[in-house]
Amino acid sequence: MAILGGGPAGSLFSYFLLRWAEVIDLDLSVDIFEPRQFGHCGPSGCNHCGGIVSESLVQLLATDGINLPGDVVQRGIDSYMLHMDAGSVRIRTPMSQSRIAAVYRGNGPRLGGPTGLDGFDRFLQSMAVERGATVVPQLVHGVHREPDGRIRVETVEGHRAVYELVVVACGVNSRLMGDLLAAEGRPEAAAGTVKTFICEFGLGRDVIAQRLGQSMHVFLLDLPRLQFAALIPKGDFVTLAMLGDDIDDELVAAFLGTREVRERFPDGLPPPNCCHCFPRINIRGTHRPYGDRIVMIGDAGVARLYKDGIGAAYRTAKAAASAAIFNGVAARDFERHYMPACRSISNDNLIGKMIFAASHVAQRYAFCRRAIFRMTWAEQSVPHGPRRMSGILWDLFSGSAPYTDIMRRACHPAFVAGIVRHLVWRDGTPTRNPASEGAANAR
Amino acid sequence: MRDNLLGKLYANGEVITRQGEIGDCMYVVQRGQVEIILESPDGSETGVAVIKEGDLFGEMAILEKLPRSATARAIGEARVLTVDRRTFLRRVKEDPTLALNIFRSLSQRIRNMNRELEEARKQVRNP
Repeated sequence: MAILGGGPAGSLFSYFLLRWAEVIDLDLSVDIFEPRQFGHCGPSGCNHCGGIVSESLVQLLATDGINLPGDVVQRGIDSYMLHMDAGSVRIRTPMSQSRIAAVYRGNGPRLGGPTGLDGFDRFLQSMAVERGATVVPQLVHGVHREPDGRIRVETVEGHRAVYELVVVACGVNSRLMGDLLAAEGRPEAAAGTVKTFICEFGLGRDVIAQRLGQSMHVFLLDLPRLQFAALIPKGDFVTLAMLGDDIDDELVAAFLGTREVRERFPDGLPPPNCCHCFPRINIRGTHRPYGDRIVMIGDAGVARLYKDGIGAAYRTAKAAASAAIFNGVAARDFERHYMPACRSISNDNLIGKMIFAASHVAQRYAFCRRAIFRMTWAEQSVPHGPRRMSGILWDLFSGSAPYTDIMRRACHPAFVAGIVRHLVWRDGTPTRNPASEGAANAR
Repeated sequence: MRDNLLGKLYANGEVITRQGEIGDCMYVVQRGQVEIILESPDGSETGVAVIKEGDLFGEMAILEKLPRSATARAIGEARVLTVDRRTFLRRVKEDPTLALNIFRSLSQRIRNMNRELEEARKQVRNP
């Protein structure tokens, strides 16, 4: 079997396929084609992503026997700090423990020097190799169907081999996916994408502990074209991840210039970034991400809208591996046993679109932002009270729950009554107080 | 360097979950060791297992809504991750293979119990 791409989707597919093959005494040969060296610092060794392993994925991986070691986790996240013009409020993890992992997809920023830590992608790839997969560090440039239906893979370096199954796990930032669909005569089936911005600031571990703590800092600001932005503390660096429409240098500068963001940095001034990129993410899945002896997984197949891309890679990789090993590699096998997982993600994304549209409207109006802040603040002030707004925001930011579940809770009469009450009621909720926020971060 | 570890840190001897409590989660040991203890009404304790790094415990609470059958306590400093029943059940419908590791853990436990039962029988026959 040939796996095109050695990121989380490709490595997890290989890992589970080989694990189950061993259980049923099936002898399989798996080649992972990945030209990128995940041990290199900067873009050449990175898979360009904010690097958050969601709360639910950390739990599911642990249940599957995959525990993220300390040299892969750059920082365990135990809370979210929500920043708005109305104020800042901390949302704690439901179990008061670090269940979100901030990781690097490569080996750290370009100008960051050696981190002494391991990247998430390299960790997963080494697990697949331990199970028996072979990494072919070459760039695939051709995939052709043989007369007998099997598939020939060719690389720029001259490797040519015929495989029983080809798994496309190359993400949406590679040209391979477009070339493949064009060769099949259906270029319109390609996944829909949107541009994001990711950069790293080197602040040092002590400053990060003091200014950001173990929290991911999320910003809901009234900036045109900005959907979502977050500062993610990782070891000696902080990652900025921005989602929105046509993100460009102007929007990044406007975001970094806001008071809410400047307050997160020493002397109120973000330093020059030491690595940055504008990667694309999947916002609409590939139509029919399978065929005879070929299946597309991770971002090349379908991903969750805006959130938990690694979680979607895990789900699609497992579903495809399960279909291939227990059912078969024909198109009908993937239709019956792989497509339901993709459909489940795509259908949930439709609800997600509605939620993000509502969130975008709330971001635009000051009275909505104030109501969200007041309700969250009131809930977080009571140790064991109901946490309707906090729970919704937590799951929305962390990607821990399906959007359908979030929508169901947002339609609950008690939640609606709560938000209406905070829309009209001005209580003693404190206004912004950066000094106390800094002290809280330094816990 | 503790900021890069997942789960919750327990001090030596700290109780993670107590016998008789109704649980809605299971646990995976990230670092250190955890001992499983049976508590008798007279206050005496019997150690029944030691859970090592990477292993899980408390999985019966995921499968049935009954009081915990034993107490779990940290041996030395232990870092333990909680897995919610809700998160597990939400996913296991789409991905039944998720339960394989739990079956493996339960199977290992039955194997150990059989071995211990056999040893106890031998001791009764040949005191």
